[in-house]
Amino acid sequence: MRVLIVGGGKMLFFLCRAFTEKGHEVIIINRSREECVHLSRQLSATVVFGDGSDLVILKEAGAMGADVVLAITPHDQDNLIICQLASIQFHVPRSIALANDPDNVGIFEKLGVSAFSTTHIVSRLIEQRASLEQIVNLLPIGEGRVNVTELVLPAYSPVVGKPLKKIGLPENVLVAVVMRDLHPIVPRGDDILLAGDRIVLITLTEHHESAVKAFLGSGN
Amino acid sequence: MILKRLSRKTFDMEKNLYIVIVGCGRLGSLLANQLSQKGHSVLVIDPSEDAFNNLSPGFSGFRIPGDASQLTILKEAKLEKADVFFATTQSDNVNLMVAQVARKLFQVPQVLARIEDPKREDVFNRLGIETICPTSVGAELFLLSVASGRSLRENR
Repeated sequence: MRVLIVGGGKMLFFLCRAFTEKGHEVIIINRSREECVHLSRQLSATVVFGDGSDLVILKEAGAMGADVVLAITPHDQDNLIICQLASIQFHVPRSIALANDPDNVGIFEKLGVSAFSTTHIVSRLIEQRASLEQIVNLLPIGEGRVNVTELVLPAYSPVVGKPLKKIGLPENVLVAVVMRDLHPIVPRGDDILLAGDRIVLITLTEHHESAVKAFLGSGN
Repeated sequence: MILKRLSRKTFDMEKNLYIVIVGCGRLGSLLANQLSQKGHSVLVIDPSEDAFNNLSPGFSGFRIPGDASQLTILKEAKLEKADVFFATTQSDNVNLMVAQVARKLFQVPQVLARIEDPKREDVFNRLGIETICPTSVGAELFLLSVASGRSLRENR
């Protein structure tokens, strides 16, 4: 995959390192000459010095052949315009903008650009992690609108001993997989849940809390 | 082409309009002063209070100090009631962002963005944002003057 990242700072550095370690080709556009020198010494990425919202710079950086464009500068207006130029002018299939101001996530989406806010993601993660220690794993997907949650059923769980169809799940919740003694089961309505089962739930974010409560009990 | 469009439209503003202008620099304040003197309700937004010094003593409109790329400021400006929206800051990206927000989120009927980099004009025209590039307009005037062999003032 060819990833084009516009921005700087620690987020860019570690994202870039993560992508290159996974074998992706990374191109960076950065506005500071000094940082460009530093980045090109530290990372195995192509570094282009310039304004990422300039069509000439984008073209030079090979935006035409990029699979993803990530715009993570500290200025929301730049991130929006970079993503719009990438998709309209260079037909990049996916472009994602960082919304420094969480209010801008909604605005960007209405203007046709996928956006994420680190404030949103981190605060959501902290809330969810802090509230329930039985949760082993949590993964936000679909720009944070969907959660994949892995949890272990405790003996006091209200659903233990019941077949799935009798649980009365809240809406927009799917029990994707049950891991029992290391055997994965894709459950059907008649399957009975047991204490110690590790279950993987897929939920919409707004129903996440009620779903977790249904499986772990509200006594938590 | 741009000039023709301008001369047809600009002076045909008889009824009282609510006009929101982002940026109170040379261009923004010039527009604000003239439109206010013609009797329109004008509101100017600029992050720097000093910029409002560019407004003439005769300016009777409103001013909001703040960053127009924040939604709260545009809400405060009652953008949903605006007839015309001008984005005139020195940053192309700010202008293009707030112009899109004005057009798509607040459905302002007429939205114009100043843009310094003519390369980007095309892309944003395709997004339904009308842009004016002072550099292109200036160049067009220069060329026109050369082509006619006379000064533009004599032409009128």
